[in-house]
Amino acid sequence: MSDMLLAFILTAIKSVVLLVVLLICVAFILLADRKIWAAVQLRRGPNVVGPFGLLQSFADLLKFVFKEPIIPSGASKGIFLLAPLVTCILALAAWAVIPVQAGWAIANINVGILYIFAISSLGVYGVIMAGWASNSKYPFLAALRCAAQMVSYEVSIGFVIITVLMCAGSLNLTAIVEAQDTKFGLFGWYWLPLFPMFVVFFVSALAETNRPPFDLMEAESELVAGFMVEYSSTPYMMFMLGEYVAVVTMCALTSILFLGGWLSPLPFAPFTWLPGVFWFVLKICLVFFMFAMVKAMVPRYRYDQLMRLGWKVFLPISLFMVVAVAAVLQFFGLAPMGV
Amino acid sequence: MDVSFAFFYLFAAVLLGSGFMVVAARNPVHAVLFLILAFVNAAALFLLLSAEFLAMILVVVYVGAVAVLFLFVVMMLDVDFAELKQGFLQYLPIGALIGVLFLIELIAVASFIVSGGKIAGAPLAINAVAQGERNITNVKAIGDVLYTTYVYYFEAAGLILLVAMLGAIVLTLHRREGVRRQSAAEQNARTKLTAVELRKVPFRQGV
Repeated sequence: MSDMLLAFILTAIKSVVLLVVLLICVAFILLADRKIWAAVQLRRGPNVVGPFGLLQSFADLLKFVFKEPIIPSGASKGIFLLAPLVTCILALAAWAVIPVQAGWAIANINVGILYIFAISSLGVYGVIMAGWASNSKYPFLAALRCAAQMVSYEVSIGFVIITVLMCAGSLNLTAIVEAQDTKFGLFGWYWLPLFPMFVVFFVSALAETNRPPFDLMEAESELVAGFMVEYSSTPYMMFMLGEYVAVVTMCALTSILFLGGWLSPLPFAPFTWLPGVFWFVLKICLVFFMFAMVKAMVPRYRYDQLMRLGWKVFLPISLFMVVAVAAVLQFFGLAPMGV
Repeated sequence: MDVSFAFFYLFAAVLLGSGFMVVAARNPVHAVLFLILAFVNAAALFLLLSAEFLAMILVVVYVGAVAVLFLFVVMMLDVDFAELKQGFLQYLPIGALIGVLFLIELIAVASFIVSGGKIAGAPLAINAVAQGERNITNVKAIGDVLYTTYVYYFEAAGLILLVAMLGAIVLTLHRREGVRRQSAAEQNARTKLTAVELRKVPFRQGV
C-alpha cells in the first residue's frame, strides 16, 4: 500500500511540475503569437508590460480573473460554466502521455497516440456545450460549424496517424520517437519519407485547433466571436487557455510524429550532449512559429471551401497514402515486426 | 481492498447513474450529455480490465464522433419531447420484459464464467492477454484475431457500413438545376489571358 501511495504522490508531483511549466510556456507562446502577428503587419505588438512586453500574458490573466463573470439570464447555467472547464481540462489532459524526453512522460502507455487522438476529439464538446448553453444565435451557429469542422478534419488526422504508426510499428509515443532514431539524423525523421502526410497533418492540425485560416467558428467578421460571445472574465480566459494549450499539444504531436520528438537533428557529439527536452521545446517553437505565420499570412477560408478541403482533398490523399505506405512497407520488407 | 476495486465501484456507480439520467432527464440535450458521461465511464471500466485499446476506440468512435452527431441532431431538431414522453407508461411492460430477459442472460453467462466454465472457441491471443501474458499488447492481440480468425466477419461489417454510408448519401443527394457550383480546378486553370479582357473604350460611347 505504501508503495502505491508513493507512486501516487510521485505522479502528482510530476503532473504539477509539468502543468506549471506548460502553463508558463503557454503564456509566452501566446505572447509570441501576438508578437509574430504584429511583426508581419509591421506593428510592435504588446510592448508595455515588462521588458519587451514579456509580462503581457500575466497582466491579461490578472485582468480576466478580476473581472465580473456575466452569465446570461437565458443560459443553461450548469452547462454554461461546465463548457470552459471541459475545454481547459481536456486540453491539459493530453499532456499526460506526451514524452518530453526519453522516459520523461507521466504515463508511458501503450496506446498513447490513440489517447491523444481521443482527447483531442473530445475538444469539440467544450465548443458545442458553450454554443448551446449560451442560448443565443451566434454561439449556436458557431457550435454547429465547429462540430462539423472538427469531425471532418479528425478523419484525415486519423489516417495520418495510421501511416505514421505503420512505419513505427507501435502506438506508444516513446516508441514512435525511438523508431525515428536512425543514423541519418533529421533526414531519418518521418517528415521526409511521409512528406505529403506531414503537410496534411499540419493543415488538419490548424483546422482541428480552430486556428486561422480555419477559425470559422470564431469568425469575428460574421459571428462576432463565435461560441464565446456570451463569455466574459475567467470562463472566457479558460477557453482561450484551452485553445492555446491545444495548439501547443498539436505542435508537440507534430514534432513527435514527424520531427523526431526529443532527438537531436544531427546525431553526433556536441548536439547529442544537449538534453532532449531542449530539442523538443525547440521543435515545438518551430512548429508554433509556422502556426503563427499561417495566422498572419493566410486569409480565412470560406466554409464550403473548408469542407471541400477536408473531405474532397485531404481524405482521398490520406486514404491513398495509407494504402501506398502499407504496400511499400510490405513489398520492400520494411514493416516493423516487434509490435 | 485493492484500489482498482474502489475505482470500479466509482466508475460503475457513475455509469449507472448517468445511464438512468439519460432516460430520466427532461431536457434532451442534457440526456445526450449524460449519455456521453456514460460512454466515458464505460471506457474507464475497459481501462480497469486493461483493455486500453477498446477503451480508446470507444472514446474516439462513440464519444468523439457518434455522440457529437447525436448532440448535433438533438440541438437542431425541434422535437417536442414532452409529447413523446406521453406514451411512456404504455411501453413500460415490453421494455421491462426485454430488460429482464437481458438481465437473465447476463446472469447466466456471468455465473457460468464465475463457476469456472470456459467459453468455447475463445481465440488464443485474447486468452493469452486474459492469462496475463504481458509481452503481447492488446492491440496486437485484437489485430491477430480480427485479421485472421474473424476476417470475414470483419470484412462483412465493413461492407455493411459502406452500404449504409452510400445509402445515406444516395438518399440525400439530389442535384438541383440552376445552382451555381464552384469548380476549384476550373478556377485554378484560369490564366491572365482567359480571365482578363482589355478593351479600348471609344470616348463617349461606352463599351
